[in-house]
Amino acid sequence: MMRDMKMRAQLKGSITEVKALLSHPMETGRRKNDLDETIPAHFIQLLTATLNGKTVLEAQWGTGVSKNPYLTFYLRDAKVGDTVRITWHDNLGESGHGEIAVTQG
Amino acid sequence: MQRRGFLQLMLGAGAALLLMPIQALAAIWNKAAFEATTKSEAVKGLEIPAETPSQEIEIVAPDFAENGAVVQVEVRSRIIGTEAIAILVDKNPTPLIANFMFSKGAEPAVVTRIKMAETSNVQVIVKAGDQYFSAVKQVEVSLSGC
Repeated sequence: MMRDMKMRAQLKGSITEVKALLSHPMETGRRKNDLDETIPAHFIQLLTATLNGKTVLEAQWGTGVSKNPYLTFYLRDAKVGDTVRITWHDNLGESGHGEIAVTQG
Repeated sequence: MQRRGFLQLMLGAGAALLLMPIQALAAIWNKAAFEATTKSEAVKGLEIPAETPSQEIEIVAPDFAENGAVVQVEVRSRIIGTEAIAILVDKNPTPLIANFMFSKGAEPAVVTRIKMAETSNVQVIVKAGDQYFSAVKQVEVSLSGC
């Protein structure tokens, strides 16, 4: 299954804006398919963002985050060329990650 | 007999190793809060004793959302010492949407997209030390997203 992540990290003034678009179904476990069968819950539970390997953001998610989750956050001490990495884990044991270098916005 | 015992032991050890990551994650993920079906239970699950309304929390969300499956919400806290931002939707089947924990170097602000079942308040609870602050914004939803 494809688990792409689109990322961008741009330094704007003294703040780096990190945007990420994850690829994930985020199934609640309450939806039914065409055969009226319940689609099992499948959603990201944990997400961690690091700057040069140091944790800057940790998130816990429930089923209420939209399909193909979108996230923006802001870093204070990042410089051009620094590495921002995002890792996630879902309720079925799948995981994914994305990595991007900070660029001048 | 001895060999069988050894093999069983190895299989058992292998299975334990395979299971470990999920169990470790399950230990971190706040099941009680995220599976709560009322907002008060979810807040209890987050171990929030009481929250004070605050003007220092900014919520940017649409007044009216046509599609409840994707509602963009921006939250920013100006409260000094903000450690975490939780987003809840009162009338969702499971009200707790997300809890963001910020470490040194991250601004206490986040933009994300959430599902909303019906017209509801979006509540944000900010943790700063052992104090909790909150703000609400009502979003009218025409098409359910849950």
